[in-house]
Amino acid sequence: MRLVDTQHVERLRTLATAIRRRDLQMVYDAKLGHIGGDFSDIDILVALYFSVLRVDPNKPNNPDRDRFILSKGHSAGALYTTLAYRGFIPLDELNTFAQPLSRLNGHPDRKKVPGVETNTGPLGHGLPVAVGCAVAAKIDGAAWRTFVLTGDGELQEGSNWEAALSAAHYKLDNLTVIIDRNGLQQGDFTERTMHLDPLAEKWRAFGWSVREVNGHDYAALLDVFDQLPFEWGRPNCIIAHTHKGQGVSFMRDRPAWHHRVPNAEEYAQALQELDAQGGEHGSAL
Amino acid sequence: MAQLYDCRDAFAAALEEIATNDLRICAVVNDSVGSSKVANFGKRFPDRLINVGIAEQTMVGLAAGLANSGKIPFVCAASPFLTGRALEQIKADVAYADANVKLAGMSPGLAYGELGPTHHSIEDLAWTRSIANMTVIVPADPLETDQAIRAAAEHHGPVFLRIGRMPVPMVHDDDHRFEIGKAACLRDGRDITLIAAGTMVSRALQAADLLVAEGVQARVLNMATIRPLDTDAVLAAAVETGGIVTVEEHTIYGGLGGAVAEAVVVKHLVPMRILGVPGIFAPTGSAEWLLEHFGLTAQGIRDAALELVQAKV
Ligand SMILES: Cc1ncc(C[n+]2csc(CCOP(=O)(O)OP(=O)(O)O)c2C)c(N)n1
Ligand SMILES: [Mg+2]
Repeated sequence: MRLVDTQHVERLRTLATAIRRRDLQMVYDAKLGHIGGDFSDIDILVALYFSVLRVDPNKPNNPDRDRFILSKGHSAGALYTTLAYRGFIPLDELNTFAQPLSRLNGHPDRKKVPGVETNTGPLGHGLPVAVGCAVAAKIDGAAWRTFVLTGDGELQEGSNWEAALSAAHYKLDNLTVIIDRNGLQQGDFTERTMHLDPLAEKWRAFGWSVREVNGHDYAALLDVFDQLPFEWGRPNCIIAHTHKGQGVSFMRDRPAWHHRVPNAEEYAQALQELDAQGGEHGSAL
Repeated sequence: MAQLYDCRDAFAAALEEIATNDLRICAVVNDSVGSSKVANFGKRFPDRLINVGIAEQTMVGLAAGLANSGKIPFVCAASPFLTGRALEQIKADVAYADANVKLAGMSPGLAYGELGPTHHSIEDLAWTRSIANMTVIVPADPLETDQAIRAAAEHHGPVFLRIGRMPVPMVHDDDHRFEIGKAACLRDGRDITLIAAGTMVSRALQAADLLVAEGVQARVLNMATIRPLDTDAVLAAAVETGGIVTVEEHTIYGGLGGAVAEAVVVKHLVPMRILGVPGIFAPTGSAEWLLEHFGLTAQGIRDAALELVQAKV
């Protein structure tokens, strides 16, 4: 286990609160978005973009960059905000989210937004594309890695399991899937809709090397990313245990916040809660 | 201003009503209980609501299995995922195998607006219409939605229905009787025919009003069945009005316009205009903004019709 740099962890936490705050504002202004899923995965995105991914916002198409694919494309708000804080797009541009002719569509479009690797929105598309990226890197003997973030409900799509077979077959240890295991999907809890457990065993049975982690604990996240690849010759699966709506008490673990837009009162309360977590300082970082 | 309706409400009410009397009726969904408005159906008939999770291919395949075992499944899911993701199941398990499955594509066309081209369902009519043994229905208002659901349940064989969420006014009188394969003439005219479906029907009627000011009497047909197409109504329109404008919330390739053009070319050639999404992925924008952007408005239809009338003479 690597020594945890507590200052760095604190910096990431503050940044994540600022990103949650900005994302919430964006969704509130646009009257559209998926705030629950955004807040579930923002800590993972922040860990990736500010500590793990070898990417350069000034060279978004650098052939040697690590690839990150947001398979749960409905979390576009979280991705755009993170990309803006990382310098891929101007922070101001977040004001255009979902507005006519904006580059920032409700789901990400790689032809428009620097840093977006593939177009997602229909669930179950990210992993197959990520497998293709990882195979390409193997063909070239290249060192860059591929990361893909999926929802947990999303894993009900069979395409994921087809791709899981391929990744193990091609021994893609340069590929990592991170599962946002918040236990919720659009209408209800995953286990009440369509059982996914035992999830880790499923991925192991498909030939992946699996780790489970608290998806809101930066020290734990950085530690697990640090161990990649987990085993030579096997693709990596990180099951990140998360809470949908993490950061705002009345959104946390509530199915309704999958795509609800807060009213003025809820917005004010959510901002207050985030500010109490240091959100207003994040933009200075 | 006329009252506007979300046709999903009429869909859900009709489904519940026929399910009360016919125990074979089931609803099959993909984590779409809310967006398909079948929560109450699930409360009333818990055994007959099957939620497969986010798994459209299994959703349609499973429905075929239900149908082949004596049930009448209504698959209720967002149209882009129902038709796009499960197209081969629709072709092989449903249409080719002649399974008695009803496919209700929710929120079709540009209804998902800002959610973008992945969520727009502007290819669904072309895809489903091209498959043998399919019946394809696009109701225009709540009254017709209600009647179409009942007709689909009574019809033996595969049916695809588009259930709109874009707010629409009532375009039919209470005595309207929807019949599979029959166009409804909502307004007669001799100078040109506007053929529309779904959300575009009320706009075509408004366009006909605007055309009166230009001295143009437009016929307006609601072509609620895209397949089998009412070729008699198309032929009559061609012969009697000499020009046809089609309007649909769909790509201009292969949908209503394509179907009408196929009939016109074979039966009686007249000039046509096909209005819809011009073969591109839509830019970011709300559903209403996109309809404006693509000229799918009363004014846009009027302009195209006027241009065609002038070109005719
Ligand atoms: C193929 C497909 N089917 C249905 C949907 C509609 N949909 C959008 S998000 C969602 C739920 C996703 O749940 P999960 O993957 O757990 O994501 P999270 O909980 O992180 O939001 C659904 C059903 C979709 N986008 N794509
Ligand atoms: Mg989830």
